[in-house]
Amino acid sequence: MPEFQRLMRHPWALGILGILTVLLLWWITTANGSVNKLFLPSPQAVWQAGQQQWSSGLLLKDALASIQRVFIGFAMSAGLALPIGIAMGTNPVICRLLEPLMGLIRYMPAPAFIPLLIIYFGLDELPKVLLIFIGTFFFNTLMIMDAVKFVPRELMETARTLGGRTLPILTRVVAPFIAPQVLDTYRINMASAWNLVIVAELVAATEGLGKRISLAQRFLRTDEIFMGLIVIGLIGLLIDLGFRALMRRACSWAN
Amino acid sequence: MHLQIDRLCKSFGYGSKRKEVLREVSFAVHSGEFVALVGSSGSGKSTVMRLIAGLDQPSAGSISIDGRPVTAPGSDRGMVFQKYSLYPWLTAAQNVAFGMELQGRSRQEIRERTAYFLEVVGLADSARRLPRELSGGMQQRVAIARALAAEPQVLLLDEPFGALDIQIRESMQEFLRDLWQRTGLTALLITHDLEEALLLAGTVHIMAPSPGRIVRTVSVDLDRSSMGHLRISPSFLALREELAQNLRSLEPALTC
Repeated sequence: MPEFQRLMRHPWALGILGILTVLLLWWITTANGSVNKLFLPSPQAVWQAGQQQWSSGLLLKDALASIQRVFIGFAMSAGLALPIGIAMGTNPVICRLLEPLMGLIRYMPAPAFIPLLIIYFGLDELPKVLLIFIGTFFFNTLMIMDAVKFVPRELMETARTLGGRTLPILTRVVAPFIAPQVLDTYRINMASAWNLVIVAELVAATEGLGKRISLAQRFLRTDEIFMGLIVIGLIGLLIDLGFRALMRRACSWAN
Repeated sequence: MHLQIDRLCKSFGYGSKRKEVLREVSFAVHSGEFVALVGSSGSGKSTVMRLIAGLDQPSAGSISIDGRPVTAPGSDRGMVFQKYSLYPWLTAAQNVAFGMELQGRSRQEIRERTAYFLEVVGLADSARRLPRELSGGMQQRVAIARALAAEPQVLLLDEPFGALDIQIRESMQEFLRDLWQRTGLTALLITHDLEEALLLAGTVHIMAPSPGRIVRTVSVDLDRSSMGHLRISPSFLALREELAQNLRSLEPALTC
């Protein structure tokens, strides 16, 4: 079967095969009726739950609500982490001042801030966005700082001997050099942001994918829970692939 | 142009850990001259270069260009490092243009000078290639073009061919000799390779380690029209051998 072999050599072939295998096992397990539907709904039931929520507009509304929170919280975190991380990586005084503080806060689990955030800011959008910020900002900053420390000294000194001052060196030497690592840092920490938005919505929200899951739990709608989990996974995967594509296009020199 | 180095001293560390790296190094470089500093590792020759570039501050002594003291890096002193100094995300042409952009020259001027200096180093065909697509020798030629394009008064070459294979090294030495003769640049070369220094420089300062200092200065007055002949001419070989013995006698005893 030369066609089959050629097909399997495609970089995605094995990955898709793995997913299909799990789907198939899932279908077999539910089709022979050996498992209570309440615990494990069939793939068809999950698909129907998805279609139903899609046609009622709920799915899109929930997904957009969650995506918006992630986007705002993570944009704040990423935007602030970049200059602070670069400052810490290039300036030893700033580094010694902030690194212990950030190292400490980094180990405080972000969900543990939820009670405080609710006391301070109520149940609006702000505490959810801030949770995502708290949960990703310190990781983003410290990982960017580490990337800056690997900028070869010669690259910065060359710019200085060519007449470059501090700011142009940061924007034209340090920033382009660390761009691939920064994108990778964002890609990795985006997964935490996506986790945290669901956690925030499980606690308190009127809409969002996490909210939908906690409502489904109340009515024992495991098909809707499965549907929510799968949608969350798919959106996360798409974001991840987006970052990878961006990295390939913007940083082809680093490959 | 007159680069004057006067009783330069440099120490690192404090108290009992203080290490004297340079002791009273003095010499001068004038317009159009090619001067070399030769020494083994630990002789402080790279420290001298970094001080002249303004990347480090001397503990004592002074460096001046035409009477103006050197306190910080500046584009009047172009530097070529041993390796890793091209910006990997920029093409050869963009690397050459980089310094001129920092200087704020006009676009038109940058384009013309970039093309000119790529031509000078023989890489006009490689203008759009990334550093990783260039050989080690080509990368160093881009680095030299970039330094020259910023119009330095003196070119500082810190072991520029130290990371290259021997054959490429020899062709790069001829390239640099030609470049010097064609453009009339002023250059200060740091090398541990005595032959390289004698082939290229009119004045060779020999440095000894612990602490780094100049122990001998030689004026090299040889016919440089053919480097191939020069490498094997008796007068060149005799001078090289004499200085090599001199350098060996300066090495600290191996037993310590």
